[in-house]
Amino acid sequence: MRKVNHRGWFFVLPVLILVAFNALVPMMTVVNYSVQETFGDNVFFWQGLDWFQQILRSDRFHAALGRQFLFTGMILAIEVPLGVIIALAMPRQGFWVPVCLVTMALPMLIPWNVVGAMWNIFTLPDIGLLGYFLNHTLGINYDMTQDPVAAWATIIVMDVWHWTSLVVLLCYAGLVSIPDAYYQAAKIDGASNWSVFRYIQLPKMKQVLTIAVLLRFMDSFNIYTEPFVLTGGGPGNSTTLLSIDLVKIALGQFDLGPAAAMSLIYFAITLLVSWLFYTLMTRNDIR
Amino acid sequence: MAKITLQKLRHSYMADPKAPEDYALKEIDLDWQDGGAYALLGPSGCGKSTLLNIISGLLVPSEGRILFDGRDVTALPPDQRNIAQVFQFPVIYDTMTVYDNLAFPLRNRGVDEDRVRVRVAEIAAMLDVTEMLKLRAAGLSPDNKQKISMGRGLVRDDVNVVMFDEPLTVIDPHLKWKLRSKLKELHQRVRATMIYVTHDQTEALTFADQVVVMQDGEIVQIGTPVELFERPAHTFVGHFIGSPGMNVLPAELKDGRAFFDGHAVALEGAVSAGTGRHEIGIRPEFVTLAAAGLPAVVRKVSDLGRHNVVEALAGKTRINAIVEGAAPSPGEAVHLAFRPDQTRLYRDGWIASSQERAA
Repeated sequence: MRKVNHRGWFFVLPVLILVAFNALVPMMTVVNYSVQETFGDNVFFWQGLDWFQQILRSDRFHAALGRQFLFTGMILAIEVPLGVIIALAMPRQGFWVPVCLVTMALPMLIPWNVVGAMWNIFTLPDIGLLGYFLNHTLGINYDMTQDPVAAWATIIVMDVWHWTSLVVLLCYAGLVSIPDAYYQAAKIDGASNWSVFRYIQLPKMKQVLTIAVLLRFMDSFNIYTEPFVLTGGGPGNSTTLLSIDLVKIALGQFDLGPAAAMSLIYFAITLLVSWLFYTLMTRNDIR
Repeated sequence: MAKITLQKLRHSYMADPKAPEDYALKEIDLDWQDGGAYALLGPSGCGKSTLLNIISGLLVPSEGRILFDGRDVTALPPDQRNIAQVFQFPVIYDTMTVYDNLAFPLRNRGVDEDRVRVRVAEIAAMLDVTEMLKLRAAGLSPDNKQKISMGRGLVRDDVNVVMFDEPLTVIDPHLKWKLRSKLKELHQRVRATMIYVTHDQTEALTFADQVVVMQDGEIVQIGTPVELFERPAHTFVGHFIGSPGMNVLPAELKDGRAFFDGHAVALEGAVSAGTGRHEIGIRPEFVTLAAAGLPAVVRKVSDLGRHNVVEALAGKTRINAIVEGAAPSPGEAVHLAFRPDQTRLYRDGWIASSQERAA
């Protein structure tokens, strides 16, 4: 018989405690709320899966989910290609490398609520630098507090400004890891710039790009602070994304049950899309 | 195919080179004959790869010209020079199949698919990769990847020169031998000019008809493998080629006769007039243990199977001798004899003795 040293478990204990308090306990609290109804005073009534059915059938949830997918789809469609293009254009060596890297990293260092506040002031139609310029110098009628299209344009431009750098930096890391010999061989093979991109740079960037898309998907799908500070979900409900709606239900209306059910559904969607995407992107890798 | 001429080539990686040390290549004049198999041999950092990249057009030389068949190509980019190059580490296009990898240089030049199919099949057969053609290149083993890289170099039949930049570095030893003989065979088959860069003397000597030995950005000697081995023009060549390399002994020259440590040493022939730092060069193959001669003490004996390498100390100088049969044991006092017709004198590194012609 082999002697097993059970003391090994003690080494795992810190992680277990950390994960428990970090994820499992809060998650179970939410699960607990999602199947009960409460009117305060810590009195709960068993509700079963009613909240889940109610949320899944609610038009309000469908609308918020639709807006959420639209938002995430649009920022991915802009940030990923833009990030790749900027990464390709960045210098590979010399004096400008650190300058570019620091410049790129700057937007990411600014806290979310500050970004929201900055863009709010920046785009206010009468006092904001951009808002004033568009309205009074160019004569374009732009008011993100009144016009849903303007509000959408503003939150998308804001997110692109804030997060394209992440895609850039990840892609850049992938690009600089390509040995010179690949470019030299391609030159000698007579490859066009497009072929170099298609057959050398893109395959080498694939893994970091997968990670970049995944991070951007999860982050943008859960986005709250910036649009909340910028538009507060308005005008009307036009920029009420899932998380903003969730907070409205949970803290505005104090419907803890439906809010808990909604956050579990929300979580499940994020997880499912991330898993699907990752599986699809990496399925050809192991051969 | 073409004859390649390098004229007064100099290259420096610095913006404003002044001293000779600033140059990675110092004044190279060289002709590569059409269809030759050349090796460019030298230690790491001697300028081999720089020279190669200048020929391929990846680098533009600071000074000098490159001619292909008399046509000046110094300013042409690599794709217009009609050359092929195989790199130290396998370069393959991961997402393509082996077939597409081999077809890539042809397709980029608008060769029609029928011709592509014929050429790829030919090259695949030569390299024994026919059964891999449909596989994705990313999954291959390193030596197969390098074979594909070589295949891409050889697939075009209109290239002026095929260049190999230490192509066997990443290959397992037992496969090195196979690929090396494959290359030699390929050269005999396709008759393209080939330049093979390496720091491995075995690779250079087995592959090439002509070996160009470089040191510190200069060409030290050009010759057949036999010439390099038998009459090194420079102590560096003598030392670099051979295993162990040539013995180089400090010497004094008095009245045309060479002395080592007070002992007169017979040379192959007369010594040219001049002064400088003198050295005697003798290959271990031509040093024998004798009843009389230079006294020395055995320090170490290495049994290489076929023969023994005896390392002896004469005064403070180490001398290697290759001995067939029974070898002395360490500590033993021996006498060393040098074969006179293989004993040469070097002045400031360069050969200064001349061979006596047998009458």
